[in-house]
Amino acid sequence: MARHTIPFEPDDPCHSFLTTCTPAEYGDGPLAGVAVAVKDNISTKGIETTCASKILKGYIPPYDAHVVGLLRSAGAAIVGKTNMDEFGMGTTTENSAFGPTLNPCDPSRVPGGSSGGSAAAVAAGMVRMALGSDTGGSIRCPAAFCGIVGLKPSYGRVSRYGLIAYSNSLEQIGPLGKTVQDISTLMGVIAGYDRHDSTSQDRPYRHTPAADIKGLKIGIPEEYFGRGVDPHVADVVRKAIARLEECGATTVPCSIPSMEYALAAYYVTCTSEASSNLARFDGVRYGPPPDTRKPWHDAFQEVRRAGFGAEVRRRILLGTFALSSGYYGKYYAKAQVARENVREDFNRIFHDVDVIAGPTMPTIAFKLKEKTDPLSMYLADILTVPANLAGIPSISVPCGSSEGMPVGLQIMGRMFEDERVVDVAYAYEQAVN
Amino acid sequence: MVTEHEVQHIAKLADIGINTEELGTFTAQFNAILDYFDTLDTVKGEGTGTSELFNVLREDEVEISLPQEDVLRNAPATEDGFIKAPRVM
Amino acid sequence: MADAEGQVIVGLEVHCQLDTKSKLFCGCSTDYRSDGPNTHVCPICLGLPGAMPALNRMAIEFAMKVAKALNCEIINEAEFSRKNYFYPDLDKAYQITQYDKPLALGGYLEIEGDGGGEKKVRLTRIHVEEDPGRLLHMGNAERGKYSLVDYNRAGIPLIEIVSEPDMRSPKEARKFLNKLRATLEYLSVFDSEKEGSLRVDANISIKGSERVEVKNITSYKGVEKALTFEVTRQKNLIRRGQKIDRETRHYLEARGITQSARSKEQEHDYRYFPEPDLRPLRVKSWLDNIVLPELPDARRERFIAQYGCSPSHARTLTGELKLANFFEQVVRGDPSGLSPLAATWIADTLIGELNYRDMSLDLVDPAAMIGLVQLLKSGTITDKSGVEILRVILDQRHKGEATETPDAIVKRLDLGKAPSDDTALLPVINEVIAENPKAVEDYRHGIDASGNFLVGQAMKKTRGKSDPKVLYQLFSKVVRTKEV
Repeated sequence: MARHTIPFEPDDPCHSFLTTCTPAEYGDGPLAGVAVAVKDNISTKGIETTCASKILKGYIPPYDAHVVGLLRSAGAAIVGKTNMDEFGMGTTTENSAFGPTLNPCDPSRVPGGSSGGSAAAVAAGMVRMALGSDTGGSIRCPAAFCGIVGLKPSYGRVSRYGLIAYSNSLEQIGPLGKTVQDISTLMGVIAGYDRHDSTSQDRPYRHTPAADIKGLKIGIPEEYFGRGVDPHVADVVRKAIARLEECGATTVPCSIPSMEYALAAYYVTCTSEASSNLARFDGVRYGPPPDTRKPWHDAFQEVRRAGFGAEVRRRILLGTFALSSGYYGKYYAKAQVARENVREDFNRIFHDVDVIAGPTMPTIAFKLKEKTDPLSMYLADILTVPANLAGIPSISVPCGSSEGMPVGLQIMGRMFEDERVVDVAYAYEQAVN
Repeated sequence: MVTEHEVQHIAKLADIGINTEELGTFTAQFNAILDYFDTLDTVKGEGTGTSELFNVLREDEVEISLPQEDVLRNAPATEDGFIKAPRVM
Repeated sequence: MADAEGQVIVGLEVHCQLDTKSKLFCGCSTDYRSDGPNTHVCPICLGLPGAMPALNRMAIEFAMKVAKALNCEIINEAEFSRKNYFYPDLDKAYQITQYDKPLALGGYLEIEGDGGGEKKVRLTRIHVEEDPGRLLHMGNAERGKYSLVDYNRAGIPLIEIVSEPDMRSPKEARKFLNKLRATLEYLSVFDSEKEGSLRVDANISIKGSERVEVKNITSYKGVEKALTFEVTRQKNLIRRGQKIDRETRHYLEARGITQSARSKEQEHDYRYFPEPDLRPLRVKSWLDNIVLPELPDARRERFIAQYGCSPSHARTLTGELKLANFFEQVVRGDPSGLSPLAATWIADTLIGELNYRDMSLDLVDPAAMIGLVQLLKSGTITDKSGVEILRVILDQRHKGEATETPDAIVKRLDLGKAPSDDTALLPVINEVIAENPKAVEDYRHGIDASGNFLVGQAMKKTRGKSDPKVLYQLFSKVVRTKEV
């Protein structure tokens, strides 16, 4: 395959990138020469991959994530690795061990997280598209906060092989871009079966967005416009939905009762899985060296204490607790039942409607350092986690602004109907442009 | 309510060193979060646990392993092709 | 039947490496033993961030073969779980294993019980899991100790077979293990000769006292030794009126003792939960397609029926796949003619000589054994010469020297039976009688031992080439004649 290079030496005032590839190589294919940024939790052979954590500083993967291989074969130029909340644990990208990313729309605000670097790089025009990962909103939240488009694909449509796991049963790699067309193009490259990911499905994405939504039924869940949602944000989103009605869609009120405990189920599940996923970071095979003269528990504790930030350690502890003897039934097992209830709620609603729409985030982007209390930070994920718990596709598309900051419209669809949520987002985008 | 003692025990299980200043903060935050998690007590149902995707298997075929230098490259300390680790005895 | 106070009670957890070509969750070759450290690893078995397991179908098929052979029930939906703990040989800091949904439940294995006769040892479960890496302990107290890790073994498929506490002595435990090994080998899923391919944890208690877990037993003989040590240790404690602690102990093979694991290691909370990167198994229906080969019990019955082997020879011969195959190779040409002699010579003599040399059966050429048995059958050599020939053959093989056929050895060492007609032997008989008047006298008075002594003296004079039976008859004839 022919290899070419493009220079990539951008100004990066918002600190979107942790690593840049200068020059960036690319080949022939549908994305030939297109600059693509990759979140730093996606393994890139020969390019440092840190998850924005000190514990992986200097780690150079000897293999490519499946999606990175697909990007390379499509001719894309991987121009760098983007900043994120450490291991994906956060909603602001402030939890990066290497400093926060700023929101290009207002540098005094956060870009959202955890794929904040990818979103900011796209919003600032440094790249046309980027890869992020979404465990509980980590693509859609920064897309909403930065005013771009982000898709969390249906669970299983994109291989996770090479994505450094935070919460395996919830997360998906997905595209971020300025336009629905761009994320659709990128989705077409990354989706499909991978024998290395036993949860991946043979459902490739070959779709060209179509703006016709006549007859579409949209469910409007009351919980997405209720307590905890900024009324201004809710208004902007209501207007956007009205716009969809003008395009020929009809709306139906609905309710997701399991929302009451969805966030708790989400945090129990993701911290439990994380406590196990992140146990391997002990400095033996990669990462900062443990003191090999000490007994292993002591040596590992030192490495992990120094290597992980406070939020990561907090979530590891929470998850360890939720799985520990005597608490498994109360927390982890209950959370799995709760997940099924969320799935059933969606199934029931999707019996009557084609998609569900609401705000992506309950507020606009926070000010930097505005949120310090962990629980109040977790509550900000309330509108995005249901899609992860159910595994369904969900997209965030810019739909106006509040206080001068972008607001995202979230559209969730039936399992494996990613094409449909893309179409609805496309219809909205076309209607307003 | 979890106590500082329990948090310390959990920290040990997770091999996460936490120091005394952190212990108080972590314990307080934990209690707020676990309080919130208690909404799970209201969850009804047993959960069927059924999944549509099962028997995902690969054939027993040998594939090429990594070259030894790639295996050792990221390890902080190695010796004669082995990776150095803390003592266990 | 309730056990009496003081009865030894043993249960085993046996880990066996399954003999697949590739590892359990990745394509790395399992054939690592002759290669350098960390040469059979990839992102998956090295636990690199982002790597995901992909389950080897053959490992599941092998495990199901074992389950079927051991009469287990396959559960409707099996699942893999993570067992979380930190140890430098554990690449991901968790082991992918099966916890509350193991592949197979129940089942049993029949062994020869201490009381004689067949005894059923019930099984609790069989599950599939991955092997961790291997640790070397380095350094010393002054200059600092550390470990070296080789991940070549990480990810090798294992089955863990858990028995109920149905064994009543260390000897029964050894028999269980031998029978299990034979069964797995007959199924072609396991190679017992690969170093470290089997590891055993044993639970042992004396009825009325706490149970002790003995870990780290890595050899077949080790099981009986470790448990015998424990029985003595526990009984001594009880005799002295002391309590037996419920604890985990390590077996130190080199010293033949068990040692208490530090209490710190015993505070485990493995935090099992379902492995989110693997899908459940619904494989019960596969059982119908599994055709089992002839297993040790069936082969033993056949050896008795087809070759007329004694029950004890049949048990020995079929107790190891190779030995059973070897026997059948030897007798193939002339089953009815060679079987009785071959059974004795292989099950008793050959095994004894091999054990004495710590030598593998692989080194023995069936053709040599055929030649030897034929010489014995035709009466060309005596039993004593037979043993001598066998020793020469084994020593030559053992030392890697050029080997001779049994016929050549007979010629070279002049081991052909001396003529057994009376004229040739009478002078020898008369000589012995003349030299041992006391023994002759005793023999005449019916003391059999004296007769044997006289035969022995005569054998010496013929350098073992005479048939002792013929000599005995001659003695009795000559002595009786002289009496008259």
